[in-house]
Amino acid sequence: MVKINGKDREAAGKTLSQILEEEGYQPLRVAVELNLEIVPKAAYGSTAVKDGDTVEIVSFVGGG
Amino acid sequence: MENQFLIDSDELTPEALERKHRLENDPSSRTNHMEYMEGQEVIKSDIREKVMSAVESYDPSVYKANDVMRALQKQNLSVEDLKALLSPAAEPFLEQMAERARIETRKHFGNTVYLFTPLYIANYCENYCVYCGFNCYNKIRRMKLDMEQIEHEMKVIADSGMEEILILTGESRAMSDVKYIGEACKLARKYFRMVGVEIYPVNVEDYRYLHECGVDYVTVFQETYDTEKYETLHLMGHKRVWPYRFDAQERALMGGMRGVAGSALLGLSDFRKDALASALHMYYLQRKYPHAEISLSCPRLRPIINNGKINPRDVGEKQLCQILCAYRIFLPFAGITVSSRESAQFRNGIVKIAATKISAGVSTGIGDHESKYTGKECDAEGDEQFEINDGRSFKQMYSDMSGEGLQPVLNDYLYV
Amino acid sequence: MENDKLVIAGHEFTSRFILGSGKYSLSLIEAAVKYAGAEIITCAVRRANTKEHENILDFIPKGVTLLPNTSGARNADEAVRIARLARELGCGDFVKIEIMRDTKYLLPDNAETVRATEILAKEGFIVMPYMYPDLNTARDLVNAGAATVMPLASPIGSNKGLATKDFIQILIDEIDLPIIVDAGIGRPSQACEAMEMGAAAVMSNTALATAGDLPAMAEAFRKAVEAGRQAYLSGLGRVLVRGAAPSDTLTGFLRD
Repeated sequence: MVKINGKDREAAGKTLSQILEEEGYQPLRVAVELNLEIVPKAAYGSTAVKDGDTVEIVSFVGGG
Repeated sequence: MENQFLIDSDELTPEALERKHRLENDPSSRTNHMEYMEGQEVIKSDIREKVMSAVESYDPSVYKANDVMRALQKQNLSVEDLKALLSPAAEPFLEQMAERARIETRKHFGNTVYLFTPLYIANYCENYCVYCGFNCYNKIRRMKLDMEQIEHEMKVIADSGMEEILILTGESRAMSDVKYIGEACKLARKYFRMVGVEIYPVNVEDYRYLHECGVDYVTVFQETYDTEKYETLHLMGHKRVWPYRFDAQERALMGGMRGVAGSALLGLSDFRKDALASALHMYYLQRKYPHAEISLSCPRLRPIINNGKINPRDVGEKQLCQILCAYRIFLPFAGITVSSRESAQFRNGIVKIAATKISAGVSTGIGDHESKYTGKECDAEGDEQFEINDGRSFKQMYSDMSGEGLQPVLNDYLYV
Repeated sequence: MENDKLVIAGHEFTSRFILGSGKYSLSLIEAAVKYAGAEIITCAVRRANTKEHENILDFIPKGVTLLPNTSGARNADEAVRIARLARELGCGDFVKIEIMRDTKYLLPDNAETVRATEILAKEGFIVMPYMYPDLNTARDLVNAGAATVMPLASPIGSNKGLATKDFIQILIDEIDLPIIVDAGIGRPSQACEAMEMGAAAVMSNTALATAGDLPAMAEAFRKAVEAGRQAYLSGLGRVLVRGAAPSDTLTGFLRD
């Protein structure tokens, strides 16, 4: 299991690009953290997740 | 060059006289006053640049009555407001300035006035500063007290009741080195609760050493912030280096000193610019070192031995009062010391408005406290740096200040 | 006024009104920016939403500087983490540090804010810390490498105005960085007053988000901030305290 934005997903073995695509995120509008480490956009295609990983996908929202 | 300053001694050798005249008349014979000499520590600081850029842009003639009135109503004054208060436009507002200054002084210091006394322990000097009685070409009796003599002087002063002392030397590192001054300060700590020094500027490690010897306060007078003028007045010696002197208070704070004091010697150059620079120098120091206690003085030129013609030129008592009120209103928390160069009448008046600290029982000579305090004759004494004007003893001052409705304070210091 | 620029870490701005983008619809942002004349707009970082395809970046006009905040952070480490994610989102190096460890009043934690500022400034961020107006903290922030200091006027979202006025004035007087009054400014008159005091800029969000007509209120704030700035630069006039001139009772002792 891989925790993606707090939810458990069967995603082990997939790359970050695949995850973003399948989950419906806009890759240009998000930043991704894998186990608290930021993953550069250029590495999404080559970075695969494994069981026990935690992925955070964030974007800008309104705020003061 | 102002002729009022230059005096030839008949005891100088022809060679010395020739050298003196060359220094006086030929600028190319003098060293670069903006260049540090060997051994003089350079610190990284932006204070000099901040002060000098404000001074360079200062034109006292552009300020109008409205600028002064606005400044007087502000709670926190800007540098522009200070410039207005130091300008000729503020002269008609002197009474209002005094009123505001008095309120600030009472708010921050209550109804008190601090008393202290200076102790000159040596008058050797290796500098040629044309207006100073200690200058190396002036023919005076030179003297340096040994530790026994210093302790004797301190006993005499301490017996009078004084608790704070300011140790002074002429500016000769060769004759009065830091170790010597440090030993004197260790002695001073035995007799006094607060020890300050007014000596030649030194490096951070020297200030740290003096602090370990018991010194908490360092006073350095910049004389004038007008560097070109400075060059024509300080013709020879370590003191000739203007920027090293400017940074002295900051080095003292870096060396752990609790407080610093400074000022220009008013009357050497444009006094409004020098007053502005003095205030901003202390202001920016306190901004950078918020824990530092800062203090301003306001010396005016005085006659010296062998030259009675020296005077403060255009700085009259009204101008001096204006400067002190401007200092107080701009820096409500700063100590302000008024020297015995001023008359008893002036000092009695100004402590009610702006000053917080005055000296008493003053001698600017060497080793003469006993004769001056007790009338007992003493044959080995060194000559004075300048003529004082207010010769009141500690006891007299204490009772006079009480009579003026002020509470004399000898010390409020917790030594930590 | 023409050459009067707000300079933050070398970046020049003409507008001194910083706009928040929280608590109102994304579709209003463009009008808010326009009427406020804002050149800086704040935003927050949150978990991305997969359902909604609207993104705030698509609503912010070109040329406006984005100032991401670290809201949600409860300590310095969390703020640093959020700031790094914000930078990864690719809209520059600005970050407004916001660290709250209190959910009732939402008051900033000054000590943690200093710590986060130090870390982020070293990483090249342009750090704009939101803080409770305390002089010692402000000095610590300067030493930590902050680009501005952003004291609160009153609790965030409260619209209560300059409750901390005297303490903000101290920061304005003592700190050499731009002081930007942030949080609690509820009315244009309060924004104007902050600017008259010498604040470098004012930031507001809730006052606009909760106004009846957001773009109109944004314009009112713009005018108020400009008026306050102009008054400050002009030097406020004196107040007549009394009519009679004093006699020379204090200075009568002077001889010349």
